[in-house]
Amino acid sequence: MTHTPHRLEVIDISIGYGDKIVLRDVSFQIPHGARVAVVGPNGAGKSTLFKALVGLLPLKSGRILIHGLDLGIHQDCVAYVPQREEVDWKFPVTVTDVVMMGRYGKLGWLKRPSRADQAIVRESLTQLGIADLEKISIGDLSGGQQQRVFLARAIAQEPHILLMDEPFTGVDITTQEATLNLLDTLRDRSVTAIISTHDLNLAANRFDYILLLNKRVIAFGPPKEVMQQENLAGAFGNSLLVMENGAMLVDECCPPDEDHPHEEVQHD
Amino acid sequence: MIDWLLEPLTYGFMQRGLAASVMVGILCAVMGTYVVLRGMAFLGDAMAHAILPGIAIAYILDGSLLVGAIAAAVAVAVGIGFISRGGNLKEDTAIGILFAAALSLGVALISTMQTYAVDLSHILFGNVLGVSVSDLWLTAILGAGILLTVGLLYKQFLVISFDPVLAATLRLPAELLRYVMLLLLALTVVVSLQTVGVGLSSAMLVTPAATAYLLTRRLWPMMLASAVIGALSSVIGLYLSFYLNIVSGAAIVLTATTFFLVAFIWKRMKS
Repeated sequence: MTHTPHRLEVIDISIGYGDKIVLRDVSFQIPHGARVAVVGPNGAGKSTLFKALVGLLPLKSGRILIHGLDLGIHQDCVAYVPQREEVDWKFPVTVTDVVMMGRYGKLGWLKRPSRADQAIVRESLTQLGIADLEKISIGDLSGGQQQRVFLARAIAQEPHILLMDEPFTGVDITTQEATLNLLDTLRDRSVTAIISTHDLNLAANRFDYILLLNKRVIAFGPPKEVMQQENLAGAFGNSLLVMENGAMLVDECCPPDEDHPHEEVQHD
Repeated sequence: MIDWLLEPLTYGFMQRGLAASVMVGILCAVMGTYVVLRGMAFLGDAMAHAILPGIAIAYILDGSLLVGAIAAAVAVAVGIGFISRGGNLKEDTAIGILFAAALSLGVALISTMQTYAVDLSHILFGNVLGVSVSDLWLTAILGAGILLTVGLLYKQFLVISFDPVLAATLRLPAELLRYVMLLLLALTVVVSLQTVGVGLSSAMLVTPAATAYLLTRRLWPMMLASAVIGALSSVIGLYLSFYLNIVSGAAIVLTATTFFLVAFIWKRMKS
């Protein structure tokens, strides 16, 4: 039997803060270049999972393997695009400064960026359509532009795995399109992308796999298999409404910082 | 005018005082950019006070005050790093307890000395005119070491300050870098004790850097502007102190505050 090497293997991990465990016994395997949507209600542990994947939170148990080796052995293999609320926008850095930080992992400790690094930064900016903003302070950008800066930085990192926390929440259509286009480019370079989202339609239509979470793995697989009534009921509980025609509707609020509830419709 | 500028420099103690305050002004201003950007103002203040027992013990044992302060600073930097790591107490509470206890211990030790009042005022508010040549050398060597380290670790300090998550994905030893930064801050505070004292050293950390923050939009220009403002404040403050016969530390800090107010009003008018 042939064994396909997976880019990312998560084996029975439990993660939490202090004595409290947020996610329990999580296991899944993601092959080369796949695009995975992480879906679940607020507090399901999506951000916690991401923190564990970048190595910010120590594992209570289990292992995370990248190319068959433990997390941390492959330097700068993982790039993370933060939620906009996580960034200090008043920090005195320009767009170029932020994107150049993506190159720091490949630079030596005491080396300055080379011409090649600068070229990669410019290329990343151009790809996201923000090359003209290079000298602007990040605090002076619009929300969508801010997100694109961090996407450009993730590209400049030349990662094998890209993690994005809620990139489709509260951004304009242009940025949403830029993000989706970027995902297509990354697929060509066989970069694995793992993205948390509240948008069930998007997850069902534009992703290869869905990881349905609620404190544990409810379901993992291609959208058709995961988007079943019992799975969604297991993840969302009372906020799942099933219509007579078989359509399912999840009444799920956005993250706490955005107080407008929105609804997503998913047809069976 | 020239005479007015040159007259103080005919005194050796003024030359040494000027050299010391310019060096301290630059050092505090550069480290101050991290203090302002990382919200460590309270920590810087606490550190200055927590060094007091080290100075008192050195004084009682008739040793070098700077060496005593450096020993205390290293202990404090490690202590604060350790306490704020556990997570049982909020960081500012832990710092508050440590800092009040150290200040009390320092005052208690100093109060056993006969020349209590004079010594305490020098330690609290600095004695720039009492700087010796060997103090000056020690300041220069420590200062060069601090600036060199900041220069070499510029990228790493930028990442851990701006984006700790990126630091984690780049596998930077964030914890170690944080200790190094605390240590540099502690050494800066020690050096600043000669010119502005325990009571005012946090002002020299925060005020020039906050002024520069209003005027610039990138990290290294902010450091540069902060250093220029810190150095200018020191020179102007020392001349004011000479001619108006006021305490030098207070004159330096008030000059820096004036720079800040001008920048603040200018920024307000612009927007």
